[in-house]
Amino acid sequence: MGGYSYSELGAIFAMQGFSGISLFSVLLLMALGLAIIFGQMGVINMAHGEFMAVGAYTTYLMSSVTESFFPAFLPFYFVFSIVLAFLVAGAMGYLAEYVLIRHLYSRPLDTLLATWGLSLIMQQSFRSLFGAREVSPTLPDWLMGAYPVTDLIDIPINGLFVLALTIAVTLGVFYLMFKSSWGLQVRATTQNRSMSGAVGINTKKIDRYTFALGCGIAGIAGAAFTTIASTGPTTGTLYIVDTFMVVVFGGAASLFGTIASAFSIAQAQSILEFFISGSMAKVLTLLVLVVILMFKPEGLFASKVRR
Amino acid sequence: MSAYSCVPPKCSTDQLTRQTTRLLPSIFSKLFTLPIALVLAAQVSLASAAEVNTTGLAVTDNDVTVGILHSLTGTMAISETGAQQAEKLAIKQINDMGGILGRQIKIIQEDGASDWPTFAEKSRKLLVQDKVAAVFGAWTSASRKAILPVFEKENGLLYYPTFYEGLEQSKNVIYTGQEATQQILDGLNWVAKEKKAKTFYLIGSDYIWPRTSMKIARKHIEKVLGGKVVGEEYKPLGDTQFGSVINKIRLRKPDVIYAAVVGGSNVAWFKQLKAAGITSKKQTLLTISVTEDEVLGIGGENLDGFYSIMKYFQSLDNANNKDFVAAFKQMWGEDSVIGDVTQAAYLGPWLWKAAVEKAGSFDIDKVVAASQSGDIELTTAPEGYVKLDPNHHLWSKARVGQWKKDGQATVVYESELIQPDPFPEGYQ
Repeated sequence: MGGYSYSELGAIFAMQGFSGISLFSVLLLMALGLAIIFGQMGVINMAHGEFMAVGAYTTYLMSSVTESFFPAFLPFYFVFSIVLAFLVAGAMGYLAEYVLIRHLYSRPLDTLLATWGLSLIMQQSFRSLFGAREVSPTLPDWLMGAYPVTDLIDIPINGLFVLALTIAVTLGVFYLMFKSSWGLQVRATTQNRSMSGAVGINTKKIDRYTFALGCGIAGIAGAAFTTIASTGPTTGTLYIVDTFMVVVFGGAASLFGTIASAFSIAQAQSILEFFISGSMAKVLTLLVLVVILMFKPEGLFASKVRR
Repeated sequence: MSAYSCVPPKCSTDQLTRQTTRLLPSIFSKLFTLPIALVLAAQVSLASAAEVNTTGLAVTDNDVTVGILHSLTGTMAISETGAQQAEKLAIKQINDMGGILGRQIKIIQEDGASDWPTFAEKSRKLLVQDKVAAVFGAWTSASRKAILPVFEKENGLLYYPTFYEGLEQSKNVIYTGQEATQQILDGLNWVAKEKKAKTFYLIGSDYIWPRTSMKIARKHIEKVLGGKVVGEEYKPLGDTQFGSVINKIRLRKPDVIYAAVVGGSNVAWFKQLKAAGITSKKQTLLTISVTEDEVLGIGGENLDGFYSIMKYFQSLDNANNKDFVAAFKQMWGEDSVIGDVTQAAYLGPWLWKAAVEKAGSFDIDKVVAASQSGDIELTTAPEGYVKLDPNHHLWSKARVGQWKKDGQATVVYESELIQPDPFPEGYQ
């Protein structure tokens, strides 16, 4: 890297660091919902990516409606659409649990097949409703700019926004899981389902809300993603692999593990990518991941769940 | 020159006008259009299926069957939707004019599902089982490479609509998009001349087309333009994280970013460029993979001021194109947009019609021979005049469009007609 002044190198490192953090927040936002559902319920939700797409399409619809009917509202609608994305995706998750998942709790591997089928059904529904082409909501101008820290450093505002959103959602999940009485019930159910039932916890209800929460967070992730990418019927399948990677590497049941895993994968990817090409960086990251998993099959943080 | 060489709605009038001018003063020609058309139609319909089709294709006395093979599902559906819409529009217009050799065109549509083995299987079904007289389809180079052996073995005829890397020519394929010299090289020449560009940063998606295109571009930049490639990068298909690449671009400060990112990745790429403060005010960017279709997803505001090199833009200001755009929107909705490949796909059925009528037969070998005659031209193509070269590619113009906020482009450069050269010297 000869030939660059210290200030240039400093600026590059600052921006490179930010791009790693920004990838981290994206990965974490995707993986959080999946980790909750898998960690707490043992359900492998293959339709997670499609619930993300639900959130993204909700944002797109909001944007279209706002543009057509309330153009003055355009700078602010995005914040509301995040809430709406959470509610819509959560409600659909609630429904999916009621119709499909609850019949399969005794057969965890079958949930994989069932949710995979669900994901195909949802993809086809997106195609019928919104068409095969990718769509992208009109984003407010304030979200698409860059914040110039110095002459050399520009920090993307959408990156900052997703980062802030991720922190808020993560804190919210931690509060729900570890500080609220509902979280206590969830954890109790996870550890010993029949005992929890015996002491009067409505485990069916707990399961349903846990699943809805996980899907709702996927919806938030979908809304956030519209700031950096587009949405098509198969968008979900693009993200699902990365998401599973984060969850498995982190140790499936552990929320701390999910965070640590998202952070290390994002930083490794981002640093590698700066020195070698994008595709090779991904290959190398995956290779390192496989090697670590060979020695630590439970992931970074082994779960302490009684089976 | 073939007499049957035009595109409606102007068609019947223009075509027959051109024919009759040889016999009559042009001022009277329009009066004679109708009777002559009737006479022609009567003559044509006399030929029975056995005479115009000696090889057992799906041709009867009343109709002829063709195949459309595009991805209706999977990741490529986004792009290929427009192409198959354009092909159906062309076929409908041809049918409305009376069809080909007096026969109505029937369509069998198959879904390649963005999966190359599926493409191969479906093309075999279309050729062997359905015995279609021609197939319009495929998009990615990967899908074309997958079906090529099938078309060559079964002696089918494929009209392939996408701009591509060149270095290919098959007896069984008519390429209606641009090859490398008509797009890649011309675009680089333009940017070197107009923007005084010396340093280039190449970025593309990671598969055959971007990689081969960039190989050709690098040779041209280094050997012909005397410039320098300061970075070359490939991202996995569908990737949405361009932060590190953008930082590298900042570090290297290229005069031009030369891009071949495809599909949905484009949206992430341009949104993140804008968010990182790299806009057309500071940076020249020329892409070979963004058409109106992609802009629909990317959003015009994220592309504002950047350049694409294509042969066609929806905004082209000529009468043929106005008719085409109006007919397309009438059939597929006011909101539909038309990109470069959509227009190239639209030319397929018309070129086939011209070749069949010149050959007087549906037989593949005769149609191919007619196509190679150098006589097949379309004077009323939306992109302007095109001519089919004996090497199976079209003579066409390269155009640079500058994108505007509304998702349409302003054409800022237009080349002369470029003769196709799929195997350019020194680039293989």
